[in-house]
Amino acid sequence: MTETATDAVRPPEAAAPLLELRAVNKSFGAVHVLRDVHLAAYAGQVTALVGDNGAGKSTLIKCIGGIHPIDSGEYLFDGKPVTVHGPRDASHLGIEIVYQDLALCDNLDIVQNMFLGRERTNGIVLDESSMERMAADTLAGLKVRTVKSIRQHVASLSGGQRQTVAIAKAVLWNSRIVILDEPTAALGVAQTRQVLDLVRRLADQGLAVVLISHNLNDVFEVADRISALYLGQVAAEVETSAVTHGQVVELITTGRSDGVADARPTGTEVGTEVGTA
Amino acid sequence: MSTQTKPAPEAGTTTPGAETGVREFVQDYVDRVRGGDVGALPAILGVIVLCIVFTSLNSVFFSAGNFANLLVQGAAITVIAMGLVFVLLLGEIDLSAGFASGVCAAVLATLMTEQNYPWYVSTAAAVATGVAIGLLLGTIVARVGIPSFVVTLAAFLAFQGTVLIIIGAGGNVPIRNSVILSLANKNVAPTLGWVLWALGIAAFAGLLLVSAARRRSRGLVAPPLSVVGLRIGAVLVLSGLAVYVLNQERSRNAAVVSLRGVPIVVPVILVLLIVLTFVLARTAYGRHVYAVGGNAEAARRAGINVARIRTSVFVVGSTLAAIGGIIAASRANSVDPNAGGSNTLLYAVGAAVIGGTSLFGGKGKVRDAILGGAVIAVIDNGMGLLGYSAGVKFIVTGIVLLLAASVDAISRRRATATGRV
Ligand SMILES: Nc1ncnc2c1ncn2[C@@H]1O[C@H](COP(=O)(O)OP(=O)(O)OP(=O)(O)O)[C@@H](O)[C@H]1O
Ligand SMILES: [Mg+2]
Repeated sequence: MTETATDAVRPPEAAAPLLELRAVNKSFGAVHVLRDVHLAAYAGQVTALVGDNGAGKSTLIKCIGGIHPIDSGEYLFDGKPVTVHGPRDASHLGIEIVYQDLALCDNLDIVQNMFLGRERTNGIVLDESSMERMAADTLAGLKVRTVKSIRQHVASLSGGQRQTVAIAKAVLWNSRIVILDEPTAALGVAQTRQVLDLVRRLADQGLAVVLISHNLNDVFEVADRISALYLGQVAAEVETSAVTHGQVVELITTGRSDGVADARPTGTEVGTEVGTA
Repeated sequence: MSTQTKPAPEAGTTTPGAETGVREFVQDYVDRVRGGDVGALPAILGVIVLCIVFTSLNSVFFSAGNFANLLVQGAAITVIAMGLVFVLLLGEIDLSAGFASGVCAAVLATLMTEQNYPWYVSTAAAVATGVAIGLLLGTIVARVGIPSFVVTLAAFLAFQGTVLIIIGAGGNVPIRNSVILSLANKNVAPTLGWVLWALGIAAFAGLLLVSAARRRSRGLVAPPLSVVGLRIGAVLVLSGLAVYVLNQERSRNAAVVSLRGVPIVVPVILVLLIVLTFVLARTAYGRHVYAVGGNAEAARRAGINVARIRTSVFVVGSTLAAIGGIIAASRANSVDPNAGGSNTLLYAVGAAVIGGTSLFGGKGKVRDAILGGAVIAVIDNGMGLLGYSAGVKFIVTGIVLLLAASVDAISRRRATATGRV
């Protein structure tokens, strides 16, 4: 089984990546967090982003979301170079992100959080009832039954409920790519199941999905492709079917794995020498 | 919709039926209060208790004349406090609001009395001064990133000096314009008072009923009709009583000069209350103010321009300070070098906090300024009637402010414990 992974598996020929980052660098002061990182997400596919704690996964997606400016590198959306200066630019492109630290306002209720920054209005008046209706429908679509009222403050929700609200907020919009940073970290068995199903469903609907997770079982279950980050560098970008559990663990912990061929476009081969960098 | 038969109703569609609704609503309110969301309760209880105490100690306190007095006395502080609610909602503070009101009043008085500009030009200039002050303070806080405490403390000193320079030490610029003077010294004609009252009540009732009906028709949780009716009834009776009392003759010598009607500042404050409440509760801007106060990083990630919101609340704060300054000038018939000084700022901050606005940001309403302003005005007025010195009044007000801040802190603790904010 291990040696079957030797063919470099290319992404589907027809599809160019919907989102592609090339040679992205990001430093916080003297700390060089992302080094020449490449990432591609394809419409209709789930791309898992894995890596140890501190590998730079969250930083990478914050760069995608316009939370952190990138120091250098290319940001391509739909094949065209774009500049994302802030969260608004990202959402205009159709990028929705569920951040690891959730980013909800405790003093606002569920509906208000879900529409934050993109409130529906009639003239200048907030259209509360249509927002409430849409939020209720979205939550119902996610099979959320444990929330007492969608007009309760987010502060009164459990960790898992907060996570569900954050996810609902991301799928509320007609987005083209949804990025989820450890969305199941605080969830119980049933809720995790639902989120994984949702992830798959979104991809099947044609969206590009990026899933960050430490749980390799989940990754292997839903992901089409796996990108592994090791100390801020890409250790591998491969199709899920081309690697084994053990190889991915190796990639995460050591940055290399014998027999894993890199699926990245040529020219960005940092891949397997990562360990020495 | 309202006939939910499923045992586990979906989120957001638990529409209480009209019959069971009232109890659920009351229960919900009790739960909220228990959970630390006390809202306006402490301030309302405070006003009631204080009124009972002062009435029992002094017969003048509960008279039509004193009631009108009280409203006019508290007006300037209340208006400044309304602006401070916006600033406090972001967890910021504006220590310069008092003297900013003084600067604006000084601008008004000098332009009108010394430069002979018409009252409306002078008023516009005073308000524009307020806007400019807010822009300056807000920009320094939001773009340079200096804590508002420091920025506005510096402004507090600078504005104190500005008033002194404009008016001149020991000087005093009188206000002679009848329009500006009438603001805090004249009353609405009794009949007009009733007409305005009726229009206000009709609008209030219409708004509540229409919004409840719209929510119900969309299958959303709406307050039961009986609760809406109760609310309208309470506002109708209380405000009607107030108008009735204020329309009584208050003059000691009615033959010489008649003194009847609602003081003109009252409708002015009500209009400000309605406009600002609308802005905070019904517009995207207001929503963003709460969001930035609750979690600035989340607001930023939602694409909200946090720096702009931060700047804007200082603009609102200083603009209302300007209006408060104009009211104070009208009441004093003049502007002196200490305009907006002494207890103005602390009373205004106190009013907002006593009314229920949190010093920690993210929680508060414009009406808090009115409720808290009422508490402060009642203490100030009642203790004055009882002959206590200014010193004692300050001490008591200080204690009340401390009490209010403790209510805020305790309810916050309870809220964290029960997961509410
Ligand atoms: N705002 C910041 N300022 C300075 N350093 C930062 C900042 N954000 C992240 N870092 C650093 O960047 C590195 C990568 O962090 P990041 O949060 O991206 O890791 P991660 O892969 O998401 O880890 P985890 O799995 O624990 O969530 C860490 O060493 C972290 O200390
Ligand atoms: Mg992370």
